[in-house]
Amino acid sequence: MLKSKSSSRSRIGSLSRFFQHGDRPWQGIIILISALVIILMLAIGGMLWVQSAGTRIKFGWSFLAPTANPNWDPVNNHFQAWPFLFGTLETSLFAILFALPIGLGIAIFLSELCPAWLRTPLSWMVELLAAIPSVVYGLWGIFVFLPKVVAPVGVFLGDTLGQIPLLGSLFTGPIPASGASRLAASLILTIMIIPTIAAVSRDVFMAIPASQREASKALGATEWETIWQVLIPFGRSGILGAVILGLGRALGETMAVTMVIGNSIQGGASLLQAGYTMASIIANEFAEAVSGLHTDSLIEIGLVLFIITLLLNVLARFLVWRVARQTPQQARV
Amino acid sequence: MSHFAELIDRNHIARGRQRKAANMIMLSLTGLLTVLALVPLFWIIIYVVIRGGSNINLDFFIHLPRPMGMTGGGVLSAIEGTLVVTFLAALFAIPPGVLAAFYAARYPNTPLGVTLRFSTDVLSGVPSIVVGLFAYSAIVVPMGHYSGLAGGAALAVIMLPTIIRTTEEMLKLVPATLREAALGLGAPEWKTSLSVLFPAASSGIITGFLLALARAAGETAPLLMTTLGNERFDIGQIIRGGLQGHKSVLTIFWSIVNQPVDSLPLALWKYAQQPYPERVQQAWAVALVLMLFVLIVNVFTRLWIQNRTRHSKG
Repeated sequence: MLKSKSSSRSRIGSLSRFFQHGDRPWQGIIILISALVIILMLAIGGMLWVQSAGTRIKFGWSFLAPTANPNWDPVNNHFQAWPFLFGTLETSLFAILFALPIGLGIAIFLSELCPAWLRTPLSWMVELLAAIPSVVYGLWGIFVFLPKVVAPVGVFLGDTLGQIPLLGSLFTGPIPASGASRLAASLILTIMIIPTIAAVSRDVFMAIPASQREASKALGATEWETIWQVLIPFGRSGILGAVILGLGRALGETMAVTMVIGNSIQGGASLLQAGYTMASIIANEFAEAVSGLHTDSLIEIGLVLFIITLLLNVLARFLVWRVARQTPQQARV
Repeated sequence: MSHFAELIDRNHIARGRQRKAANMIMLSLTGLLTVLALVPLFWIIIYVVIRGGSNINLDFFIHLPRPMGMTGGGVLSAIEGTLVVTFLAALFAIPPGVLAAFYAARYPNTPLGVTLRFSTDVLSGVPSIVVGLFAYSAIVVPMGHYSGLAGGAALAVIMLPTIIRTTEEMLKLVPATLREAALGLGAPEWKTSLSVLFPAASSGIITGFLLALARAAGETAPLLMTTLGNERFDIGQIIRGGLQGHKSVLTIFWSIVNQPVDSLPLALWKYAQQPYPERVQQAWAVALVLMLFVLIVNVFTRLWIQNRTRHSKG
């Protein structure tokens, strides 16, 4: 009896030694979960790839190819995604164009000029812009922003820039009376991505060593010359990273854009006409898609969106990481 | 000669003035741009508070929606749906998020750790509508119908990166001495993690949960293809029916999560596009509720974090 007891104790001991007092199962669990998170990322791409098989096989690359007469015809099961690709790219690029100077200005103000007591509340307020739900932006967009801002600005742009040859093709009007247009989508996107660009580039500026500023000022440069000729070139790749992160956000933004862009497949290249984006066609038609091919083509649009944002994110992280590495302090991203 | 020197001198002064003027103009421009960016923030907040505030009342919170075109009624179904879906999302996202964060904080430089942090970054950049398509393909298609479950899973994917990253950051802030002391006393790694590191970082971790929840609660796009919307969704009725039929708690819970549910952002999106003015008014009220929830969570968690970091610095 004594013997058996001691042997069972030693068995427990060896078992416990094998598990290292529970550490092996613990490590196994956290490794497993971490691997699952990685698999989740791959699964998103994989699932969309599998589910979009119908369209990929039937239309191939012509689904995405640029075309002057796009054919999006759920009734006859013919789908081409070019107008949505174009709408997404155009609205996002213009949003970046508007948001970059504003975001940079905010970042400069917050990191270089602003008194310390004002810095935190101001940063918060700018970041709150990113916290407001997208549908609330959309509702405000439809009832306030479109009639009060976009429609008048659109008419003005059509009358001025629209008359210039070449450039004018981007601003041929007239803007729809409601104001729902690509211009509206670009402007809403601008508001929504300003916080991203401002926050990331502020962190980039904060990470630049003080010696750079001191050296520039000791040479007699003014504050602005220091910013423009020293800080911005120094943080260039970090700022580029901020722009790309903002672009990624703009490309995938759905609800607000869907509510103000006017949702029209036709419409040429002009900013002042109603359009469509990749995200908004999915939001509008997915629940009502009846045929398998229709669903498949919407999922393929989602797949393209996934791949684009994936590549942009990788690029942006790499750029911001490079800035963080070359400076002694860590840039927080 | 002296004339020439004078010219150079004057030129210098002029250039100096020019540089100073440029400096002043550009610096004030950055301040102006900051103010300009805050205009929409206050415009939206004030407008939503005024429009929503005048349309909000008790009925709004306790009644189901009435049929189109009728006045009155509320958005009880949407409120309950949002609670169900965000609860499910928290359930799916928090445990794995915390465990993965333990790994990322403990082994940041192993190949798995690097890949994990990279995937977290990528996941946080995936558009929410794409996550919705994923949840549709992975859950709605195999199950054969839309459900709150699928919506919860989609929102969980959206919450996951935020949770992993904030938890990881907070775990890293715990002084190494605490960890070493626990291990030195003979506590195994898992016990050190769960009963020393986690409690020490818990307030920061919980603020991370709240921020992630606030973001998920305002998401609309992924719910379009997962929960779909259901204006007759009424938890009270399901529970009463279940109790009368003497069903188990699990069966009742399953019947709640296994059917299409409504949600506040979804209701807002649908109401905003309807021609009936009373629906649009309700949309403003929904916007007010959503916005207040998100803003309050954001402001309070930030205040809390700031207070704590100030304490720990002092």
